[in-house]
This record gives sequence, structure tokens and C-alpha cells, in this order.
Amino acid sequence: MDALDRVVKPKTKRAKRFLEKREPKLSENIKNAMLIKGGNANSAVTQVLRDVYALKKPYGVLYKKKNITRPFEDQTSLEFFSKKSDCSLFMFGSHNKKRPNNLVIGRMYDYHVLDMIELGIEKFVSLKDIKNSKCPEGTKPMLIFAGNDFDVTEDYRRLKSLLIDFFRGPTVSNIRLAGLEYVLHFTALNGKIYFRSYKLLLKKSGCRTPRIELEEMGPSLDLVLRRTHLASDDLYKLSMKMPKALKPKKKKNISHDTFGTTYGRIHMQKQDLSKLQTRKMKGLKKRPVERITEDLERKSKRIKKN
Amino acid sequence: MEGQSVEELLAKAERDEADKLQRITVHKELELEFDLGNLLASDRNPPTGLRRGEPPPEAELRALARDNTQLLINQLWQLPTERVEEALVARLPEPTTRLPREKPVPRPRPLTRWQQFARLKGIRPKKKTNLVWDEVSGQWRRRWGYQRARDDTKEWLIEVPGSADPLEDQFAKRIQAKKERVAKNELNRLRNLARAHKSRLPSSAGMHPTGHQSKQELGRALQVARVSTASVGRFQERLPKEKAPRGSGKKRKFQPLFGDFAAEKKSQLEMLRLMNSKKPQLDVTRAANKQMREEDQEEAAKRRKMSQKGKRKGGRQGPGGRRKGGPPPSQGGKRKGGLGGKMNSGPPGWGGKRKGGQHQGGKKRK
Repeated sequence: MDALDRVVKPKTKRAKRFLEKREPKLSENIKNAMLIKGGNANSAVTQVLRDVYALKKPYGVLYKKKNITRPFEDQTSLEFFSKKSDCSLFMFGSHNKKRPNNLVIGRMYDYHVLDMIELGIEKFVSLKDIKNSKCPEGTKPMLIFAGNDFDVTEDYRRLKSLLIDFFRGPTVSNIRLAGLEYVLHFTALNGKIYFRSYKLLLKKSGCRTPRIELEEMGPSLDLVLRRTHLASDDLYKLSMKMPKALKPKKKKNISHDTFGTTYGRIHMQKQDLSKLQTRKMKGLKKRPVERITEDLERKSKRIKKN
Repeated sequence: MEGQSVEELLAKAERDEADKLQRITVHKELELEFDLGNLLASDRNPPTGLRRGEPPPEAELRALARDNTQLLINQLWQLPTERVEEALVARLPEPTTRLPREKPVPRPRPLTRWQQFARLKGIRPKKKTNLVWDEVSGQWRRRWGYQRARDDTKEWLIEVPGSADPLEDQFAKRIQAKKERVAKNELNRLRNLARAHKSRLPSSAGMHPTGHQSKQELGRALQVARVSTASVGRFQERLPKEKAPRGSGKKRKFQPLFGDFAAEKKSQLEMLRLMNSKKPQLDVTRAANKQMREEDQEEAAKRRKMSQKGKRKGGRQGPGGRRKGGPPPSQGGKRKGGLGGKMNSGPPGWGGKRKGGQHQGGKKRK
């Protein structure tokens, strides 16, 4: 309970910073992922978790010991771990006769499970098995989703959103073009999802944009969708709520027409056109003699009127 | 001739351009959807060559990936770039894919009591130095905290003031005062916290038994406890002297949306008639009750004033013995003899007027 957290006042600045890092904010921290082994995880599943941890470093925690829990029956231990390590994404691997090579991938909202999707691993090629140079850890990957299955069913749509959330990494405003090193490609075909990761090689082409060649680098998985535990619509809507401060502000009095011209409206006060400041031509300036005669004329006119 | 050569030149230039771009163009039926803020591309095209039913060969998947990546890179290379320390850096737009948050939106906390007061008075925080010169120790010390400058609990010599008890321990007195100040600060901090969380935890505010809860909090706790049974309080008996809880029913009762059309028509026509009529409708009963209530309030105010004056003058009786809020005449009779005479003179005339007033309306008070 964070109310109880606040009642206990932190005694050091370090503790205070620790608590401030974990409290809800307007623009959030990067989501951490926790990778957990189940009670009966086999070597394949363990290797998968280790590879994903390598992809997700430093925003991930790999738990070394086995944890005997069943995510789909009881979510309390997952929520406890999430609260302790402040991780909102998780991946749980297990293996039994009914569900061989099982991987549960999920995310949390407010330290409670939001979505959980169970995937079965059919084929797995690890990072170690492909012998070439890898890219440095912490690089932001490019994500590509192919296949129209990702928009057809709600399950697949949530899976796509979950995978984006899991693998996207920190949100940056600028990116070094030479630093775009690897790409994760998800293809949905015949009810299976093929996950491949490639290293990018930029070759010369005739113009500025380079030609791409790909080299298979990292873990490649053939996944099949098993069970899902998706959040109800209103909980999902609640989790998607954006604070007003972050919504893009609409500028008033600016409009665009179909040709791309921008029109703006300026509101002016009433101007007295007789007192308008125009350009002064020094040559046309009245000499003092002329000004005096003008004054005299005006005075005589006034006297005449009266 | 020249015209032809110009056309030929243009055609050749176009072909050259196409050749140049040939290496990076990819033909797709449906355009991809890009979210450059997330470096994301979505390809909606159904994968054509791979639909057999057997797993697709790696080469085909790689070719598909290469095409899609090429399109994404083309988009990324069109972003505005700048040079930052010998590296070419592209400025990414905001990510457009909406993803759920990990924690709820923080709600704005209400101002603490001091902040409200400062805002009212226009007090701004003054910038203070961290260190203060301490004469006693001859060095710069903190303004507050560990080993602070003017810590009156740490003095080794305290003069006993003339008015104090000579056997009192002045050192202990200072330490006690410090403890009280610390406790008061902690209490205020907790109260500010409770006010900040009040909207979030209305139910458990008064439920935890502390030694000092107000009567309303206890009443509310009692009500909640009564309703927290398996049959939602239906078979819960009341204690011998417990009164029925007031105000726990429905606050407003509305007619069903559509039911009795005749009654609805009648009420609406009645409303129209009232609106059209020139004379204002006067409900005699309500007017009379209102009048009585006003009179009662005036009398209560007067009684309070009298009681205050009476208290100030050392407990003397006010005129008519209206001290204890107009008890019924029977109770007044039970009082002491000294007051009895005065009491009896007051209420009968007054009570009579009251009874008469009550009969005026003819109905119970609302």
C-alpha cells in the first residue's frame, strides 16, 4: 500500500530517491522485465529466457532460481515479485507433458496482472548457435510485424501490443542513423508466429539511402498461441488513460487547407488610421519657416470661423 | 531533330533515376504502416508465397524481412537530421502506438494547511543559507539537523528563571518540549497525508479502533459493521436502547421511466396549468411550518445569548429560566425549589403560545 509507504517517512536521501523512482509519474520510466523459471523448466526454455535477457539488458532481471508457481491459476506471487523489483513486464518459462516448452509473456498495471499470453515454443535457435558477431547490448531494435493475422483477432492484437511493449526499449527523441543495428521480425502465418532477429548491414546504393542486407543473428523462435488471459475492456481502458498534461495541445486560430497552406488568424485592436506611423522621408520634412506659416494660417481660419 | 534529342535526354535521365533507386525500392501491394517513434513497421499484406501449410523456408522469411526493413529504413532516412559530434542523428517523431501505462496517473495532491495559508497570505519561500555562524562553538554549523547551530537541548548551563519551581529539572523540561514539538509535527504531517488520501480511502477512515473517535465516526463504524454480515444485515437485531439509523434509505425516489402513462399525462398537464396561472400558488402548511421554524431558530439564538451572558455573570438565571433549551414544563417542575417559581411563570404562557402555534398548521412538521 503506498499510503503506508508514505506514512513511514524515509530517513535518508537515498531511500527517498528510491521511493520517488517507484511512485506513479506523469511520464513514466522505462518498463523493466522480469524473467522467471517455473518449477519444471527444461534447458530449452532456460536458454530462451537467457537470450531474451540478453536482448533486454539493462532493463531486465533474470531470476536464477526456479519458482514453483502457476501464473494462470495464481497471480499473487508474480505480483509480489513485480512489486519488489518494480518490473511491469514478465516472462515465465515452464515445461510439462501437457504444455511442452511453455512461455508465458505478460504485463502489469499498478502491480496487478493486466494481460498474459501463453506461447508454445516449437523450434528454437539460440544466440550461441549462430556464430557471428552480435550487436552491443542496450541498442534499440527495429520491430516489424508481417501478416494480416495481427489485426484480425483481439488475441493477436493484444499479442502485438504486448510484444511491442516488451521489446521496444527506451523512448528516445533522436537516434544515430548508423546505430540502427538490429531488427526483430514477427510473421504471423497459418496460426504460428515466426520470430526472427537479424543484424543490419548497410550497403551502398546509388543515392543517400543505403541498401539493406540482413544477416541472421539472434534467437529465432517458432511460436504457437496457447491460452490467453486478457484484461477486461474497462481495465484496459483505465490503463491506457493518458494524463491531460501529456496530450498534444491544439493551437487555436491555425487552420490548414487541402493544398498544405497554413492559415492563421490574428485579432487586432481598432486602429486610428490618422495616427498611423508611416515611413518618414527626410526630404519631405517641413522646415520650421513653413511650419510657422501653417500655424498662422490655421489660427486665422479659426478666428474667421468664430 | 533537336526536339527528339531533348525527349530522349529526358527519358534517359528518368531511366537513370529509376536505376539509381532500383536498389532501394520495394514493391508492395499494400503500404506499410509506420510508427517511427517506436521504430515500428506493420505489414498488412498477406504473405503470398508462404501459404502452403508447411513451415516456410528461412530464405523466404529473410527475403520478406529484408523488404520490410528496406522500406522502414527508407522512411527513417527521410527524417530531418542534424550532426551531433561527428555523428549523423535523425530526430524521431513522437510514438503513435498507444500502449498501456505501468502505473495509474498520479492525482494532484491537495495543498497542506501551511501551503493554503501561505497562498492566502502571499508568503513566498525565502532562500536561506545552509550554514549559520554559531557563536558558542565558534564554527559554521547547519541551520537544522545533526549538530545544528542553536540547539537549546544541548546547553550545559541553564539559568533557573525566577518564576519557576526550584526543584524542577530545566534540562528535562527542554527535552520534553522538544519531544512535544516533534510529535506535533508528525501529527500534522499525518493529518496532511490523511487529507490527501481522504478521497481514496473513505471506507476505512474511522474503522480502525483508536482510542479517540468522534461520535459520528463510531456511528458510521457501527453501521458498516451491522451490514457486514452474510445476509447484509437483514437479521441483525438492535441493542436495547439503540435507535434506528436515520438517513440510510434511498435519498431520492424516481418514478419508473415508462409505466403509468395516464398519471404522467396528468402531472404534466398540472405543471402546465400551474405555469400558466397568474396567481402564485400558496401552500398553507408549508408556509406555516416555515414560519414556525424561523421562530424557533430565533428563540434558540436568543437562548444561547442569554446563557452566555448568564455564564459570564456567574451563573445567574436569565429571564424566564430559558437556560436549558426549553425543557417541557413537566421537567421544569422537577428542578430545585429556588428556580421552580421562576420556571413555572415562564413556560406556561410560552408553552401555550407554542401549542396554539402548532394547531395552526394542522399537520405535523416536515
